[in-house]
Amino acid sequence: MTIGLMHYLVVGAALFSAGLVTVLARRNAVAILIGIELMLNAANLNLVAFDRYGPGGVRGQVFALFVLVIAAAEAAVALAILLNVFDARDRIDVDAMTNLKG
Amino acid sequence: MKLPDLTPYIAPAVFYGLAAFAVISAIAAATAPKIVHAAFGLMAAFFGVAGLYFMLGADFVGLAQVIVYVGGILVLLVFGILMTGKTRSTLGLEEKPKLLIPAFVGGLFFFGLLLALHGTDFAARAVPPDPQPTTAPIGRAFLDPEQYLLPFELSSMLLLAALVGAAYLARRRRT
Repeated sequence: MTIGLMHYLVVGAALFSAGLVTVLARRNAVAILIGIELMLNAANLNLVAFDRYGPGGVRGQVFALFVLVIAAAEAAVALAILLNVFDARDRIDVDAMTNLKG
Repeated sequence: MKLPDLTPYIAPAVFYGLAAFAVISAIAAATAPKIVHAAFGLMAAFFGVAGLYFMLGADFVGLAQVIVYVGGILVLLVFGILMTGKTRSTLGLEEKPKLLIPAFVGGLFFFGLLLALHGTDFAARAVPPDPQPTTAPIGRAFLDPEQYLLPFELSSMLLLAALVGAAYLARRRRT
């Protein structure tokens, strides 16, 4: 009874699907961001698992760290934008964001 | 009386525990009626995935996951929730997410992924070598001009630009 690559990939698929459901079901923009973080985490888990069960080296982990950096940048910029949207119209419901101006 | 040897079962038990913890937390994050609860589900999922990283022998990535995701991104998200939570208008924050169609699409997607995984041969090693410390190899890979020095510097510039831009965007306007 050993844990193989496929086990981790199935967990990654489940996490990604949960993130997809979050993005589709929520209308609050911060909650959609939560779903995106879940999907990025699932991708990262796959990268690290491939690294472990692959030909060796740390390539997969390096890529996972790059994903981490991009996720941090994305979350910061997205929250800054959301604060501005909130200032402008007192809500961050994505269904309400239909205009670029005003 | 001799006790059965349970050593081969420890790693699978830990794996299944962590995997169930991460997936259940992620599902909670997807379905919790309140957004703060969703954020806490996300935190639990981050910790579960960090545990899986440790099981994969990726100690540095696991620690970076805890520090950056839980200590940075999640705190940022909670700040976002707190700063946009209370308004005069109705927000759509507290209402239950409408789950039927998204859950159906997500389930379909999951089974599609399972089928794709089932039909793919990844040529993976069944038994990987014993895990080695990864911090030093990762550091060398990042700072080696033949490997990842350029992407590393570019990503640090990107992070700097994004954070300065975010601070500029989110500043309090004096009107």
